[in-house]
Amino acid sequence: MKFTLSWLKDHLETDASVQQIVDAMTMAGLEVEHVIDPAVKLAPFTVVRIVSAARHPDADRLQVCQVETVDGIKEIVCGAPNARAGLTTIYAPIGAYVPGLDVTLVEKPVRGVISNGMLCSASELEAAEESDGIMELPDDLAVGTPAVKALGLEAVIDFEVTPNRPDWLGVAGIARDLAAAGVGTLKDQSVTPVPGKFPCPIRIEVDGEACPVFAGRLIRGVKNGPSPQWLQDRLRAIGLRPINTLVDITNLISYDRCRPLHVYDAALLVGDVISARLGRGPLEHSEGDQPSPAPHRDEQLIALDGKTYDLGPEMSVIADAGGERPIGLGGVMGGESTGCSETTTDVFVESAWFDPIRTAQTGRSTGITSDAQYRFARGVDPQSVVPGLELATALILDLCGGEPSEVAVAGQAPAPPAAFTFDPAYVKALAGLDIPTSRSVAILEALGFTVTGAEPALTVTPPSWRRDVEGKADLVEEVARIAGYDALPSTPLPETPRAVGGVLTARQSRARTGRRYLAANGYAEAVTWSFTSRDTARLFGGGAEALVLANPIAAELDCMRPSILPNLIEAAARNARRGFPDAALFEIGPVFAGDAPQDQKLVIAALLAPHAPRDWGKHGEDDLYSLKGDLLGLLEELGAPVASLQTAQGTASPWYHPGRSARLQLGPKAVLAEFGELHPAVLKALDASGPMLAFEVFVEAIPEPKKKAVKTRGALALSPLMPLSRDFAFLIAADRPAGDLVKAVAGADKALIAGARVFDVYQGAGVPEGRKSLAVEVTVQPRDKTLADAEIEALSGRIVAAAEKVGAKLRT
Amino acid sequence: MTDLTQLQADLTGQIAAAADAAALEAIRVAALGKAGSVSALLKTLGAMSPEERKDKGPKINALRDAVAAAIADRKAALDAAELDARLARETLDLTLPPPPRRKGSVHPTMQTMDEMVAIFAEMGFAVAEGPDIEDDFHNFTALNFPPKHPAREMHDTFFFNEGPDGERKLLRTHTSPVQVRAMRVGNTTPPAPWIAAGQEPPIRIVVPGRTYRMDSDATHTPMFHQIEGLVIDKGIHMGHLKWTLETFIARFFETDAVTTRFRPHHFPFTEPSAEMDVGCDRSGGEVRIGTGSDWLEILGCGMVHPNVLRHCGIDPDVYQGFAFGMGVDRLGTLKYGMPDLRDMFASDTRWLAHYGFSAFQAPNPVSGLS
Repeated sequence: MKFTLSWLKDHLETDASVQQIVDAMTMAGLEVEHVIDPAVKLAPFTVVRIVSAARHPDADRLQVCQVETVDGIKEIVCGAPNARAGLTTIYAPIGAYVPGLDVTLVEKPVRGVISNGMLCSASELEAAEESDGIMELPDDLAVGTPAVKALGLEAVIDFEVTPNRPDWLGVAGIARDLAAAGVGTLKDQSVTPVPGKFPCPIRIEVDGEACPVFAGRLIRGVKNGPSPQWLQDRLRAIGLRPINTLVDITNLISYDRCRPLHVYDAALLVGDVISARLGRGPLEHSEGDQPSPAPHRDEQLIALDGKTYDLGPEMSVIADAGGERPIGLGGVMGGESTGCSETTTDVFVESAWFDPIRTAQTGRSTGITSDAQYRFARGVDPQSVVPGLELATALILDLCGGEPSEVAVAGQAPAPPAAFTFDPAYVKALAGLDIPTSRSVAILEALGFTVTGAEPALTVTPPSWRRDVEGKADLVEEVARIAGYDALPSTPLPETPRAVGGVLTARQSRARTGRRYLAANGYAEAVTWSFTSRDTARLFGGGAEALVLANPIAAELDCMRPSILPNLIEAAARNARRGFPDAALFEIGPVFAGDAPQDQKLVIAALLAPHAPRDWGKHGEDDLYSLKGDLLGLLEELGAPVASLQTAQGTASPWYHPGRSARLQLGPKAVLAEFGELHPAVLKALDASGPMLAFEVFVEAIPEPKKKAVKTRGALALSPLMPLSRDFAFLIAADRPAGDLVKAVAGADKALIAGARVFDVYQGAGVPEGRKSLAVEVTVQPRDKTLADAEIEALSGRIVAAAEKVGAKLRT
Repeated sequence: MTDLTQLQADLTGQIAAAADAAALEAIRVAALGKAGSVSALLKTLGAMSPEERKDKGPKINALRDAVAAAIADRKAALDAAELDARLARETLDLTLPPPPRRKGSVHPTMQTMDEMVAIFAEMGFAVAEGPDIEDDFHNFTALNFPPKHPAREMHDTFFFNEGPDGERKLLRTHTSPVQVRAMRVGNTTPPAPWIAAGQEPPIRIVVPGRTYRMDSDATHTPMFHQIEGLVIDKGIHMGHLKWTLETFIARFFETDAVTTRFRPHHFPFTEPSAEMDVGCDRSGGEVRIGTGSDWLEILGCGMVHPNVLRHCGIDPDVYQGFAFGMGVDRLGTLKYGMPDLRDMFASDTRWLAHYGFSAFQAPNPVSGLS
């Protein structure tokens, strides 16, 4: 909402400066967004007079003008056809920034003639949206007069109107709050009724659903035309385009009182009844829909913007011709067929009240956001119907002449807000604000509330324009915001008992631990969108209809992600295209298996794009085994039972390389993680170059740590006996996982064998085709006595036998 | 009888000349071994008369000890020399680079989130969570957004297509739906264990999480992070809200110089409502907090609307409290000076390395936030 200081002063007696007003507005909840001060913008621009204008020697369309300026006579090249000797206009010197062109003037020849500045049009000064030629100003302006003064421009205040306060969409409403806040005195806003000279010849009929109350009157014999300069200036200052006096008056009152009106050219009305009813077309016209069958028929209106709109049953339609011909969308926009023009002599003025929800819906269906629609959708004061009409009548008679009919009213305004009981002590209780009751009452009264009764049970009636006020908390806000939030105390929160074990749940702690662990191990944390494209989602087992957004921000972000990996793959590919192919990324965030709350799972995903920098020490590049090491380390930090994990090779999801991926699981239904090389086809589909390695940890699948009453750990039992280690080399089928052999070996004697680990894998000379040699180091921990050679021999025998059960033969 | 003095002189000379451990050992065997020259002398003691033994015994033993000591000294000297030689051979060129090692980092949004949670945890707040895909009830209706009210449109909501049950799910536009879950007295078994369950007052929680709005420019992204705060108890008023946020902001920006102000605003779910500004300096094209005379809006807050309490089954005449919500990414960019919010989610490895945090900078009350 924009307004000017002079406009505000129509309603507020004040000496406050623009800055004081802006500060008071901000602290009362009218959040000022900008103050546009043309005096700053147009400081270098001044009034000049053209002394002579001659054709440019080398250009037909240019003139070389001698111009009398504040700095003496200047030669200026001008392309405007209306540049002529004697014209008073506006000039910009060299060095001036011309806002409408977004250029700073520099001295340069125009077709060989140096131009010492520029003669300006209204649009170049941003004083009009468009203009034809340079400005033509009254000849009585002195040369050197600042442009701002010559054009009557003043500072415009632009502020954000919160949706609860439609009354701030009128300057009078702003003045009321500023007066309450102590910035000035509110002027009398009452409206004097204009008596009618004859009965209104047009009858109004309303369907209460479409339009609860509708007032109108005919004014005969008006003379329409361009509105007077003061009115045009006032509208232009806030960015409105003057049209003609009748229309300008409705716009003025819309912005002055938040009271939208509409004017019809009575000569163009058919019949003598104007009715407000619901639209007769089918509900919701959308592409591809089959036209709905009877009883609805299609109904359309060509509105004042020249566009044709389908009128659905959710819309208020104004119609003439016995209710048959639509001539307006109630509260939104009038129709082209009955609009007022300069030839209008008889005008019918509409002042009605339309339901906010219906008007908002009509705005959405039609895409129209007019000043009227904006106001009615937020809620216009229903009690302003007749006063608004009287105000318009007075202005029309004043500016256009004519003879008014009596006022015709149909329907009933909705009931005003109900009175309720208010204990002023609640101001202290809710806001903590110590303020005398008399001050609270004074604030409420200044804002238009009626307060009666005595403490502790005051009766408060909100004014008709404050339909947002429903209860005592609203009144506390009114008192507190006018008294000023600066006056609120700063009161420490009462101490509460703290959870002795910290505030995070196991899941929250795991996310934190995972984050710090992976960052410490060389992965950079990324945060990527929760959405991806539906096609990509399908590659990762997602893309269900329920997870597709109806209104995505971009087509490639139209579906909730089933996995974090596609986002990390695309991020790594983007980095590679920039010349950084060695991404090591992780993300901890949600994935979505469905649209129910429990379908959202927390995943820790990491991705490695292996890229071996050449190294003098031949240190290996990151491979799947180093990734596996990172993953197992992570799982251990997260409290997963790592020793019990099975590595289920070849069972991971299809976006992994089938031969180079595995699940880490406690059982087929308890999968804690998947890892592997990513499938080349998936990478190709995402336009990424491989190989890339990745893992996904399903945080909720990790068993919750057991809650124990005490934090003591089991006693540490240290054997006094030295462990010993024995190496075995086995031959086993090349495609048999080493894990099978290790598991068998470790299980050969659970009491004695403390660990078994593969330390060499060999295929080639000396090993039969189709087999591989696995060298296993077995650590033996004697329990109660040193082992004799014979006992060690026996253990070795058991180990070899156990290995044979999985098809491994001791290599001899 | 061999001349003991001569023998000692001979052996000492040989020992001193031994070039290595093997030569020294050969000398030791030749002198002190079973058949060695000194051992042979020692063996002669047995055949001597007591008088003779009394005279020769100490001399021969002294000879043996002197030779043994000379050998030990020489051995120590040879060992030291050999070690020196080995160490010289083992010299490495330490100007060569170490094996390449990736440097990991924590994302600034997550670091900021951890900082915020640490501050509020110290003030007695627990951490609650809720789903990103919400329903109209939790995101709007229960939060006192009237159906079809323009305030809903201001949220630029992402919607899903209508389901078979006619319900249209949405992406939460704020973390406030978790307020509703945490306050709903009847919500005793949440849909998943990690989702907030309803609790009786007193309630003191913060809710960090992802939020979504259809918006994209330098200061808006379609996904962003919020942290929500909620305090419900008897006698909680706006003064407590003001203290909590003033305290938070000073701790977050780690300066007592930060100034704040509260302005009236409107949110459907709070009454009275406020926005909080921090004092800043905008000259020079960047925003500096804790100095200057400009104001920058950083969060919205207010007293929980009686209708919201009623929706959740809490009697507003008994309990009242406050709520606040702020943009985590945005506060992170203000504190750490990233110019464009969109870069937060672009995963440029150079950006992550520059603006990311070390794993060991976990915010905690002992060593500070950053």
